[in-house]
Amino acid sequence: MTIGLGHYLFVAAVLFTFGVLGIFLNRKNVIIILMCVELMLLAVNINLVAFSVFQGNVVGQVFAMLVLTVAAAEAAIGLAILVVYFRNRGNVEVEDINAMKG
Amino acid sequence: MLLQALAFYVFAFVTMASGAMVVASRNPIYSVLFLILAFFNAAALFLLIGAEFIAMILVIVYVGAVAVLFLFVVMMLDIKIAALREGFLKYFPIGALIGVVLLAEILFALGVFGSGSATIGALDKAGAQIGTVENTRAIGQVLYTQYFYLFQAAGVVLLVAMIGAIVLTLRRRPGVRRQRIAEQLFRPKAQTITVVKVPTRGGVS
Repeated sequence: MTIGLGHYLFVAAVLFTFGVLGIFLNRKNVIIILMCVELMLLAVNINLVAFSVFQGNVVGQVFAMLVLTVAAAEAAIGLAILVVYFRNRGNVEVEDINAMKG
Repeated sequence: MLLQALAFYVFAFVTMASGAMVVASRNPIYSVLFLILAFFNAAALFLLIGAEFIAMILVIVYVGAVAVLFLFVVMMLDIKIAALREGFLKYFPIGALIGVVLLAEILFALGVFGSGSATIGALDKAGAQIGTVENTRAIGQVLYTQYFYLFQAAGVVLLVAMIGAIVLTLRRRPGVRRQRIAEQLFRPKAQTITVVKVPTRGGVS
């Protein structure tokens, strides 16, 4: 009944899969895709922290904090780009975003 | 120990279920709220495993900043909800296939199907190692000494993100009256006052 490393890794794997699934399924809304990226980063953080604790090495948690920082920065920039895009185009549908198509 | 296992299963189940609901829910606002729920439960998982500092940072940064930012943007953009779900069923088979394959690959790598890696098994046997120093102090001892440059680099990343977000979203609207203090202060005297010769008992017209 004791909770081991594998349990945490399983939770992280399922969360990561849901993140990838959301990116594949969502064809209309970029905001959901950004949320799915956050979900995947959360899964990565769970992995890092679980390994860090089970190895008795605190460096993994430091790395998890850096991942958290980058996730926050990415969310801010992504949402800013989204707002500017919405101002110009009037929607945020994924299929319509092809302005940089070569 | 039993209570801890029970708590783990509850938090893990809620985390995974709300992760699924982020993808599946119809309204983006519900997605954000389920994302917040997932973050809270992940923080609880971190608390269970003994990483208190990361748990608190997760609540502060993710719930307090990122999720609220998402909520603001979702509410600010005028998106038609009805049209959002088109294509969900069309892409569901391929998406589900990729998801199942990916999950199976990850679980295979973790060794759930028997051919486990020796490292994870050994770590599993050793159990969670909670040191004598408390978690926050342990992180601080490493973060501010050995990884100080990384810490500073994280600060630079946040600064660049802040400047970038401001520069991207700043706009000058035409037709908005605003005070231009520099122009006011640098007006020459000739523009500002006129000297009028007032005749006696005449007054100024």
